[in-house]
Amino acid sequence: SSPSPSPGDTSVLAGVYGPAEVKGSRELPDRAALEVLLRPKVGLPGVLERSREQLLRQTCEAVLLGVLHPRTAITLVLQVLNDAGSLLSCCLNAACMGLLDAGLPLASLFCGVTCALDPNGAIGLDPTSRQEQEARAVLTFAIDSAERKVLMATSKGSCSVEEMQQCLAAAQRAADTIFQFYRDSVRRKYSKS
Amino acid sequence: MKATPLSNCERRFLLRAIEERKRLDGRQCYDYRNVRVSFGADYGCCIVELGKTRVLGQVSCELVPPKPNRPTEGILFFNLELSPMAAPGFEPGRQPELLVILNRLIERCLRNSRCIDTESLCVVAGEKVWQIRLDLHLLNHDGNIIDAASIAGIVALCHFRRPDVSVQGEEVTVYTPEERDPVPLSIHHMPICVSFAFFQQGTYLLVDPSEREERVMDGLLVIAMNKHREICTIQSSGGIMLVKDQVLRCSKITAVKVTEITELIQKALENDQKVRKEGGKFGFAESIPNQKITAFKMESAAVDTNNVEEQAEEIITKADPPSEVFAKPILHTPGTAQIGEGIENSWGDLEESEREEAAEEEGESEAAAFECQKMETGDTSTMRENKNDEPIVLSDSEEEEVVILEPEELPKKTRTQTNLKQENASKKAFNKRRKKKRAAH
Repeated sequence: SSPSPSPGDTSVLAGVYGPAEVKGSRELPDRAALEVLLRPKVGLPGVLERSREQLLRQTCEAVLLGVLHPRTAITLVLQVLNDAGSLLSCCLNAACMGLLDAGLPLASLFCGVTCALDPNGAIGLDPTSRQEQEARAVLTFAIDSAERKVLMATSKGSCSVEEMQQCLAAAQRAADTIFQFYRDSVRRKYSKS
Repeated sequence: MKATPLSNCERRFLLRAIEERKRLDGRQCYDYRNVRVSFGADYGCCIVELGKTRVLGQVSCELVPPKPNRPTEGILFFNLELSPMAAPGFEPGRQPELLVILNRLIERCLRNSRCIDTESLCVVAGEKVWQIRLDLHLLNHDGNIIDAASIAGIVALCHFRRPDVSVQGEEVTVYTPEERDPVPLSIHHMPICVSFAFFQQGTYLLVDPSEREERVMDGLLVIAMNKHREICTIQSSGGIMLVKDQVLRCSKITAVKVTEITELIQKALENDQKVRKEGGKFGFAESIPNQKITAFKMESAAVDTNNVEEQAEEIITKADPPSEVFAKPILHTPGTAQIGEGIENSWGDLEESEREEAAEEEGESEAAAFECQKMETGDTSTMRENKNDEPIVLSDSEEEEVVILEPEELPKKTRTQTNLKQENASKKAFNKRRKKKRAAH
């Protein structure tokens, strides 16, 4: 399964394989072993991709019911088709839709929202590359669908705690829209009409 | 992930069907699958779909010194990657053999055919030339990777625009896309690979094999040709022995196919050009047809962030203040401070903001885990009371000589009156004091 959501121009293609047979060393006796691979468009994957892979993996492992498939491997591959800002949240959305479309058991869904704080303190959601560069701080949150709690938070730049809380509140609002989008697109795919 | 091997009955079924001139997807022996070309938002970005086989191509450029033995020519770099999402058998640790074969074919097809004029990529002879890099990613493997990849490669190269450069004497100016329109690459011709799969020792021939057909084939013949009927590359693998007529017949078929595909490419490039000129929307999101049941689009939605500030305030006031324990920097000697007990502060020259942020995050998240050490300096006492509801403001009481103005201004109990500007001002003063401290030591 490979869905590809794209806010604005940023596009990420996600592909999920699994639960499938796992090679000896990676096998976990009580749960599924999740592997996330993020491939940039140009060049070989570097340190930035590795760190993003880890963030994504931790977020996915938090919602994935791995205990239902012990001694298996689940591989999630993300290919960047176009990067115009808010890449990490786009990857999060693609990952969630990939897991959802593959029919893997999940405790809840999650979505990614990026906030940019410009030098005046105004919050902008889903910033473009230019907005990200000019911003004082860029924060990305993974919000879960059950209670809008935070699964993952990462930031770049400096901001106060109040500002972070405001961004988080704004992200939780935005999460509603994104989850509605998930619902509508899945409904469209599986409905009979 | 292991690739599932092909079962014997499947193999027999496929071979029997081919003997009866039947293909699994109903095509004729010389039929190609549908080719679809779509472009991304950047110049030089395209996705080519050959049936279900999908390849993403991206071209990028960089100014580099030229190779010593070719000082007036630009450099071309081709890279084909088999993404692990293409097939379950592709692992990140590569399929070395297939990858090498494909990469070599692409190189020969695009580089040795001299379809790109490398002399035009020279900016300053012997010093600066353009390095054009083509990255191809295989997104889905349904057979005939080489054809799809060659189409994606040449389309991406034709679509790409490099920044305009002007040279005045010794000075080289590279213009951004806003200053001057980027310039297309100089491409002489478009070589396209066509693959032929042979079965039963060359008796049966299929054009554009699908993945199943590839698994049962005996040998593969790849001919790269351009629309002027010039053969750019020809390769026969698998050890089948082909008769001269067969090869000639294949090259005739190739000529026909290549003309069709070249026409399709030209039309796609023109369409994209038109859309960009008219200012319409372009990019992958636009190229997905809306009618597809698996596609869903949503316009950008406004999110109501009006009372976000109040909500945030509420959260912060409601949040239990980390009661007894919070991190304070402990001053060992002038110039050495420690946050948290028993942890080595190994970051020597941290920037102001980074240190503050690190301290903030530490203060918030690990406040409960650290024990605070008694501060010797006198002004801690006022700060400590504030700490109960202001865990983030770390005690700046390491500076004994500087009078702290802010603590009295900071609200003691709740945050509802907190003015963001005030907080910022106090932070800036905080920073300044820190700077002073560091400057003093």
